[in-house]
Amino acid sequence: MNNNPVQTIGKIIGVRKTGFYSVISIACAGIAETARPGQFVTVAVGGENSSMLLRRAFSIASVDDRSSYGGVIDIVVSAEGPGTRWLASRKRDDSLDLVGPLGKPYPIPKNPVATVLVGGGYGAANLPWLGKVLIQRGCRLDSIYGAATDLKVYGQLEARRIGGSLTITTEDGSLGTMGRVTDVLPDVMSKHNAAVVYACGPMPMLSAVAQIAQDNGAIAQVAVEEAMACGIGVCMTCVLPIIDENGITKMTRSCISGPVFDAAQVRFADINKLPSDVYGADAMGGH
Amino acid sequence: MVGTSLRGSGPANAPIDSLLVDSSTQLGSVRIPAPVFTASGCAASGQGLDNFFDIAAIGGIVTKSIMLRARSGRATPRMAETPSGMLNGIGLQGPGIDDFLENDLAWLQARKVRTVVSIAGNTVEEYGRVARRLRELDWLTAVEVNISCPNVESRGQVFACDAAASAAAITEVRRALTSNTPVIAKLTADVTDIVGIARSVIDAGADGVAMINTLLAMSIDLDQMRPVLSGGTGGLSGPAIRPVAVRAIWQVHAEFPNLPILGMGGVRSGADALEMILAGASAVSVGTTIFNDPSAPWRIQRELREELGKRGFGKLTDAIGHAHTVFEASK
Ligand SMILES: Cc1cc2nc3c(=O)[nH]c(=O)nc-3n(C[C@H](O)[C@H](O)[C@H](O)COP(=O)(O)O)c2cc1C
Ligand code: FES
Repeated sequence: MNNNPVQTIGKIIGVRKTGFYSVISIACAGIAETARPGQFVTVAVGGENSSMLLRRAFSIASVDDRSSYGGVIDIVVSAEGPGTRWLASRKRDDSLDLVGPLGKPYPIPKNPVATVLVGGGYGAANLPWLGKVLIQRGCRLDSIYGAATDLKVYGQLEARRIGGSLTITTEDGSLGTMGRVTDVLPDVMSKHNAAVVYACGPMPMLSAVAQIAQDNGAIAQVAVEEAMACGIGVCMTCVLPIIDENGITKMTRSCISGPVFDAAQVRFADINKLPSDVYGADAMGGH
Repeated sequence: MVGTSLRGSGPANAPIDSLLVDSSTQLGSVRIPAPVFTASGCAASGQGLDNFFDIAAIGGIVTKSIMLRARSGRATPRMAETPSGMLNGIGLQGPGIDDFLENDLAWLQARKVRTVVSIAGNTVEEYGRVARRLRELDWLTAVEVNISCPNVESRGQVFACDAAASAAAITEVRRALTSNTPVIAKLTADVTDIVGIARSVIDAGADGVAMINTLLAMSIDLDQMRPVLSGGTGGLSGPAIRPVAVRAIWQVHAEFPNLPILGMGGVRSGADALEMILAGASAVSVGTTIFNDPSAPWRIQRELREELGKRGFGKLTDAIGHAHTVFEASK
């Protein structure tokens, strides 16, 4: 079950740059206390009369529920459009309208198995916190974080603090191993006989991770970043073709049934398509 | 009514404490204790909003348009943000009427939420078949008929764009339901003569109209150089379309002053809701704004009472169409 989300006005207690990204720490009662790794918040952007109506979704990078500010969450913002640029330019003491925690968290293994975290760009934002939980559970942890270039790699510091091995990849070779996270994943997995891979990042990366996990007989839990208008399950914009427990593919809302899915349920090749065997596709004539 | 005309010409009546403002309203013969509804397709069946406010305390939930069979909806991308608005092309994803009755409607009834069921069809006959499944449900507040659907028997021409097709769908629905269930025809402003369409659905037995549905629109992705939405075109909603909605409500109210109108299209605040009521709406629906602010229906209901009180309206019903009175008096 999802825990109940709240809408609340949070207060920014710090903004720090890390490479290409801004990490915003927000004091917000009611979210930090119940949030778990993999869940996300949505943030209204542009102020009260903003012409940008759609809230932006951010995975919760970490929580601190014992800070002197009350509950605090961190989000990692990649300023790429007008909404995220507005957010990245916020200052300490500014207010933000937040809704969360939303979505389903990463499932945590019952037994202390070997696990691998794979993060692409700012997709790595929610993984160090997950790693901390996995280590507390006694799991072996290997992290692979990558991006196109060094400034876009997130999580080096955080990963070092948590422990386990860390491999960095960049496509241009500016940091770590030249190449992609998926180039090094098979070796990391087989070295310690990984049972579960957790991944967050762009869809093609998740699709490749899913394939590698399957080839290695491991489970992959992937957190998707699908475009969302509402984040709370009421608009139907964020759907993916997901295979349910009866083997039927349904257009499934990633905001409330995800954002974390067992990769074996996700029909990656059919994203942005409407395959004829999807439940209800036969009724689509006309529209 | 003396107070009303005074307000039109002279200075406004003395402000009234918003807590004393009676914001109950009438949709035809039905009294509604609160004036703000959710717009169809923007609240699913209400469950997702119940975390943010008491959904039984607003006018009601208008459910996502339901059709006879389960529908997958369109491929993604299904939406695009636009200035003060958004485009959507969901394709009426839904579980089909049977599953909807068993799950969504059962939940709404148990939760004691005033409910308007929005229905849609591909053919005139299908509108009737969906409506018949609702016939025994005398607890429903109303049935809203989304006629912005392509008519497969008329080369995909949208029902709501043709007076005869609109009337045929409404006649069929009216016949399928008992007279206890009000029928609200949902109109589009993408027509040359919305008053003519309104007349045809009134003649066909509609008890009221809801307007406006989204406006047909398109965004093009400049990187891929193709339309953003998988279906090419989509529906524009949000504050960007509000002046179009106000105009449509104004025109229809001018012609049919006693017709209940459920106004919608970009309502974001109590002031926006008041604008629609002054133009002739008896109640409003809030759609896209919910995505921006999930507690908006509740907030707007409170703000609307304040806006009415500030202008000396003790009763919401006194404000319905009031801008017409003032406008006429000023001529
Ligand atoms: C995502 C989305 C889905 C919608 N689905 C429906 C629908 O199923 N049936 C319907 O009659 N209108 C539907 N609408 C239209 C709204 O009910 C409303 O008429 C329109 O969006 C204008 O109001 P707004 O600007 O407050 O959203 C939808 C609108 C949006 C944004
Ligand atoms: S984002 Fe609206 S249903 Fe998922």
